[in-house]
Amino acid sequence: MADSITLQVTRYRPELETEPTVQDYDVPLGKQWSVLDGLNYIKDQVDGTLSYRWSCRMGICGSCGMTVNGEPKLTCGAFLTDYAPGPVRVEPLTNFPIVRDLVVELGDFMRKLPRVKPWLVHDDEAPVPEGEYLQTPEELDEYRQYSMCINCMLCYAACPVYGLDPEFMGPAAIALAQRYNLDSRDHGSRERLDVLIEHEGIWGCTFVGECTTVCPKHVDPAGSIQRYKVTAATESVKSFLLPRGAR
Amino acid sequence: MSGQPMTTKDQPRLYHRPMSTWWWLGKRTYLTFILRELSSVFVAWFVVFLLLLVRAVGQGDGEYRDFLDWADSPWVVTLNIVALAFVLLHAVTWFNLAPKAIVVRLRGRRVPPTWIAVSHFAAWAVVSAFILWLLVGAG
Repeated sequence: MADSITLQVTRYRPELETEPTVQDYDVPLGKQWSVLDGLNYIKDQVDGTLSYRWSCRMGICGSCGMTVNGEPKLTCGAFLTDYAPGPVRVEPLTNFPIVRDLVVELGDFMRKLPRVKPWLVHDDEAPVPEGEYLQTPEELDEYRQYSMCINCMLCYAACPVYGLDPEFMGPAAIALAQRYNLDSRDHGSRERLDVLIEHEGIWGCTFVGECTTVCPKHVDPAGSIQRYKVTAATESVKSFLLPRGAR
Repeated sequence: MSGQPMTTKDQPRLYHRPMSTWWWLGKRTYLTFILRELSSVFVAWFVVFLLLLVRAVGQGDGEYRDFLDWADSPWVVTLNIVALAFVLLHAVTWFNLAPKAIVVRLRGRRVPPTWIAVSHFAAWAVVSAFILWLLVGAG
């Protein structure tokens, strides 16, 4: 096996160039080296001007999402040996504006996320001495999968609907809304419904399904959106047929 | 660099990548998705075809025979073969996706997603067998 591999890395230095270019770097093909290790090698040993995001190196923080050979990946979990003999194309996540090199601008998601109230909403806050809000293991299982989201944005990069219509709420925000809707301690589903049934909410999704395929934490955002479509449709029928008090 | 707005610390000049018109050719899953969306047109065609058949039957024997002659013409047969392929794609892809939308619990346990898909295919087989029996067996 060769002892090095070429990374073809997207560069974009707004003070120098008007559009991204590609720069080749040879990095050691370590047996357990991830693409992120390769980028860190470049940054430390070859070219300190390369910009990218990373933090935990273990698939927890969700910072190091990039496009590797055309697929959205956490670069800490994409191993160079799987791409040997290379070259490996490393690009910023698609569907987001590029700030510099491999760094993308995530402000759009940050503005959308609070709209779905991704926190526990209580009608009446119980006094602390009354103790915890208890939950059975079965109730936990209802939403646990959706709570695994690490906001890595791979699902947004994989979603052509978001690419074509940036107003679309997007997979992670809707999955996180479902994480709280399905929580037995939460009472905010009515408030979230008003946001999610907008055209740019769940109905914007045409079920391509790639968000679920690329999700490194097996959250299944596509499944959460389809389930919520059923809920929203049921609520709409109810609000049409039933008097206000009975809903 | 002349004419280009300079980047400042507070306001970086972002680069927006245009999305290609042919984005759906870039990945097999995207292509399957587009074909599934396109299949809706052929589903609609079969609805129209069925309505035309019902109208012809309602208008009498002559109209019905004219309809059969028209339906037998090479271009209608070709169209229907293509439409059948797309409708099969439509049915198979949607049945495979059904477990994503339908979560059923029996005695507190979630029914495995494959069972949901299998039950759809089973229902499809039963209905198809019944129609086949109507057309061939009962005739």
